[in-house]
Amino acid sequence: MNSFFHSVRLDEEKCMGCTNCIKRCPTQAIRVRNGKANIISELCIDCGECIRVCPHHAKYAERDSMNRILEFKHRIALPAPALYGQFNNLDDIGYIITALKLLGFDEVFEVSRGAELVSEATRRYLEENKIPKPVISSACPAVCRLIRICFPNLIPHVLPLNSPMEEAARLAREEAIKKTGLPSEDIGVFFITPCPAKITAIKQPICLPQSNVDGAIAMKDLYPVLLKQMNHLGAPDDSSNSGIIGVSWASSGGEAAALLKERYLAADGIENVIKVLEEIEDEKLDTLDFIELNACSGGCVGGSLTAENPYVAKARLQQLRRYLPVSANHLMDEGVPQEMEWQRPLEGLSVLKLAENVSDAMAMMKRIKEIQSRLPGLDCGTCGAPSCRALAEDIVRGNATLHDCVFSLRNELSGTDMQEFIPAPFRNTDAEKEE
Amino acid sequence: MDEIKLHFEVSGDDFTRAGEASGEVKRVLKEIWFSSAVIRNVSIAMYEGEINMVIHAGGGEIDVEISPECISMVLADHGPGIENVELAMQEGYSTAPDNVRCLGFGAGMGLPNIKKYTDEMDIQTELGVGTTITLKVYNQ
Repeated sequence: MNSFFHSVRLDEEKCMGCTNCIKRCPTQAIRVRNGKANIISELCIDCGECIRVCPHHAKYAERDSMNRILEFKHRIALPAPALYGQFNNLDDIGYIITALKLLGFDEVFEVSRGAELVSEATRRYLEENKIPKPVISSACPAVCRLIRICFPNLIPHVLPLNSPMEEAARLAREEAIKKTGLPSEDIGVFFITPCPAKITAIKQPICLPQSNVDGAIAMKDLYPVLLKQMNHLGAPDDSSNSGIIGVSWASSGGEAAALLKERYLAADGIENVIKVLEEIEDEKLDTLDFIELNACSGGCVGGSLTAENPYVAKARLQQLRRYLPVSANHLMDEGVPQEMEWQRPLEGLSVLKLAENVSDAMAMMKRIKEIQSRLPGLDCGTCGAPSCRALAEDIVRGNATLHDCVFSLRNELSGTDMQEFIPAPFRNTDAEKEE
Repeated sequence: MDEIKLHFEVSGDDFTRAGEASGEVKRVLKEIWFSSAVIRNVSIAMYEGEINMVIHAGGGEIDVEISPECISMVLADHGPGIENVELAMQEGYSTAPDNVRCLGFGAGMGLPNIKKYTDEMDIQTELGVGTTITLKVYNQ
């Protein structure tokens, strides 16, 4: 638990130390210290919200360049279905597959194929009634991380199946080994990713000892080169092996609809996801069978590494999937295949825990509340923490002082000969010194 | 070791704010790292009580005391009072108006649920004066 890998990083040169990212981080994982944003590793869920809001583009996702595929003898691309919604006037997924091959991939294995198998496995899993309802989707790694940190008591509800990306990677690798006779290490499997959370899930998988994916290429990096190839194509040499169900996983509601049940809920956007998790915790959603949660607005098409607006991409996918079969991939045997299940359980993280025992934690909480009542409650962010409540907690945890609050400082300077140095907006015209 | 005391004013005129107080208590309990059963019991019981205050009594006040052994909640309002407590404690009995039933409330599970999720429950009510509900959840 001491070394978390994070795909979301800070470019210190570009960071101006403003308050945009600290205010938008859903887990309050960022503080401005010494004029730069600091990401608290234990709290970051790699959702990419800060990448989206940073006006100086100082937040970025650590990812692979196309050149990395050259390290492998046999290269496989795994396009996430969100990729299909990035292109205008596309009427055949085959164009994308052929263009990916022209860019240097030997094979293309659509993640939507893995998604259809996961959908079928989920339907079977729900019938077995092995986990408490409502069952929560585990496909979005940012949501899984959020549950581990903020909602650990919901872990028993989380669907213990590998993601469509992992399922696609496993099948693609098996197929390639059989076809080429090459050892596994010569086969490079690359996910075309819409988001940084998936990159983290590859580098540091939670419920698998090792990912079957070797690297991740950002959709927005690939987009211009792919577009160029596609524009030169007469007719595609390849065709899609996916159905409506697999392609629909790209946007919010697709995974849930594929279960062919009515009692489901699909929420997207991290703030909405948090509200739904709160409601599950309070047992308000007990009558539902399944809950699909996506950290990004619109679902995976809204990932921070996509090129197109999520709602435009979703509209295009609706057109594109029209003449596809409902599902083009099916499980062979009965039951849920063992290789699709998690190899180790999702574990809760005690990041929010204030102290090892309840009485110490209570003493700290008491101080937090006392300090919070002395702070102005403006949540201005000037102290570098996202809210007065967060600053109070930072002070009690020993990571900040009351003087970091410009209003507390003002109160100390008011009435002294330093008063004139207080900037106008913070000046207190009543000479009376506040408590 | 002294307790943590939290005080909340529950507004009776904004239905959409119901649940804010219980949400804040849940957050505090989570950081102190009470067991998930304690957190669930307190937040569900308090939420139901808070909703009741808004639906029936035009708001009120909630005082929460947290100690390592016990979480106690006192929910006091100056509403109409409960005419028949025994009846109100029955599952499915409700006097909620139609406008809140449309939102899925008023199923007659409020007080029964509060009882289910707490270790101690006391109701003091007087018609035309108000209702005070005292709840305790022990940290076993």
